[in-house]
Amino acid sequence: MISNLINRKLFTLLKVQYSNMLEYRVEIALWAISGIIPFFMLNIWTNNNLNESLNISDTFLSRYFLCAFFVRQFSVVWVVFSFEEDSLMGKVSPYLIQPLNPFFRYFAQHLAEQITRFPFALIIAFFFFIFNPESIWIPNLGILLLSIVSTFLSFLIQFLIQSIVACLCFWTEKASSIERLLFIPTLFLSGLLAPVVSFPAYVKSWIYLTPFPYLIDFPANLLSGNETNISGGLIMQILWIFILFPLFKKIWSEGTKKYTAMGS
Amino acid sequence: MVQNIIDVKNLSKSFDISSKEPGLKGTIKHFFRRQTKSLKVIKDISFEIKEGEIVGFLGANGAGKTTILKMLCGLIYPSEGSISVSGYLPFRRRENFLKNITLIMGQKQQLIWDLPPIESFYLNASIYDLDKFEAKKRIKKLSEMLEIDDELFIPVRKLSLGQRMKSELLAALIHEPNILFLDEPTLGLDINAQRNLRKFLQKYNKETNATICLTSHYMKDITSLCKRVICVHEGTISYDGKLDLLLKKLSPVKEILIVCRSEEDAIKLENSGFTVKNKIKNEITIKIENNSITSSLKTILNNFDIEDLFINEPPIDEVIGKVLIKKDYDI
Repeated sequence: MISNLINRKLFTLLKVQYSNMLEYRVEIALWAISGIIPFFMLNIWTNNNLNESLNISDTFLSRYFLCAFFVRQFSVVWVVFSFEEDSLMGKVSPYLIQPLNPFFRYFAQHLAEQITRFPFALIIAFFFFIFNPESIWIPNLGILLLSIVSTFLSFLIQFLIQSIVACLCFWTEKASSIERLLFIPTLFLSGLLAPVVSFPAYVKSWIYLTPFPYLIDFPANLLSGNETNISGGLIMQILWIFILFPLFKKIWSEGTKKYTAMGS
Repeated sequence: MVQNIIDVKNLSKSFDISSKEPGLKGTIKHFFRRQTKSLKVIKDISFEIKEGEIVGFLGANGAGKTTILKMLCGLIYPSEGSISVSGYLPFRRRENFLKNITLIMGQKQQLIWDLPPIESFYLNASIYDLDKFEAKKRIKKLSEMLEIDDELFIPVRKLSLGQRMKSELLAALIHEPNILFLDEPTLGLDINAQRNLRKFLQKYNKETNATICLTSHYMKDITSLCKRVICVHEGTISYDGKLDLLLKKLSPVKEILIVCRSEEDAIKLENSGFTVKNKIKNEITIKIENNSITSSLKTILNNFDIEDLFINEPPIDEVIGKVLIKKDYDI
């Protein structure tokens, strides 16, 4: 049954959503460009020599932020905004009476968007290497595959967190404001603005207990070939998925009882 | 014996509604201390629907028709009472139940806006576990019935409202559901599109013996599709029965305009005991009870020199309008 779901329903959803995303290719190119925060951060770090006091090399930093850019490109999630709009406009109603959880539609939308983003991300990386030739490296195949897995797990964690928040629409209608609260720790603790290794030791010890460093920092370090606890990181990612998934199922089941089908 | 496919007992639904006083003071008060009250929109209703029946739900805006449909299809959770649809509790939304039903809401769309409808059809087909061959066969059959073969490959955003509505129907029926919940399906459509849609629904019902629950403010939808109507008034059922019985009850007399050959004949007719509404020269309008129309007309034609006559049916909208504001029709 699960294989049927993945083989047929998800594959068809993915194909259709990919066709839909291609209708918005300019928009997606702009989104890809808008994700260059890591390059700004790299600039701030290197121009102010912040890395020297922490004994972090320029090459480490530039590879780290390029990989952070890549991980971010393939793990960005906006499901809370889509679900909130669909819920308020009554668009969720027809999906709720189909034999497929509506979140599979959003999931396929995100995957389709990632596929569409891929060539734009490669072009941006190409220009990055032209300006930073010392950063060029070729990760070995094993590491590359593990990084892809880790980036996908990061996407799953973020998708589940946002889906849980999105389900709060059944109670508050404006769940995206709650997502804004989560955006702050995500921004500071995920490694998007600074590698977690640069944080003070006592901060690091508790950050690693949260899901945030496994969203950007861990997969980016893995891909860039920096020293990192690979098995520990992957186990923590899987653990968070095991914690978040039942939570999502519970909140979904309770939330749909509250659904009033407004706007329809 | 035809089985009941929908069984509703003592069903109620309440919603929590928050209210706000106008002005800045009201806004501040609302921010700090939100006042909510429970509003019972469906009050202890019971009814049964048999397999293959087409039932129209009539009621004024806010009467509760759509809420009933939403509970029947499992979209919202009932507060009290029980519902059984095709042997399932709708709200549990079991896969087999969902594969048996569909809900179509006028002006609400499930088609993907920027892609041709055919993409949404194949997507729905895979959601309902239809293989590509079967999906293709059903799309062909339904598109022929709906006469939308040419529109399948044009992006939804470029289709007219009527074409979009037909495509919505196709998307909603691709899994050949046994029970159709239609909420204002002809809303916003022109007269021809409305007629085509009604023809299609009649044909679908005839071919598949599907049960159809329909709400509409267009009386033509109700009169041409439904033999039975359920009138909903402020969350309760004010009438549940045959449409023609309701019409007879609400409009027990017909008006007949009789054109006599001479004014003398008209005067003779005026004084012959019929209820006269008005008389202008040789034209006289009389009121006759529905159950004595044939015998009365026979008498008139045999005893008076008549040039022409017209039987005026009261406008159906006007008749049904009465039911929307009255609480109970005991027939």
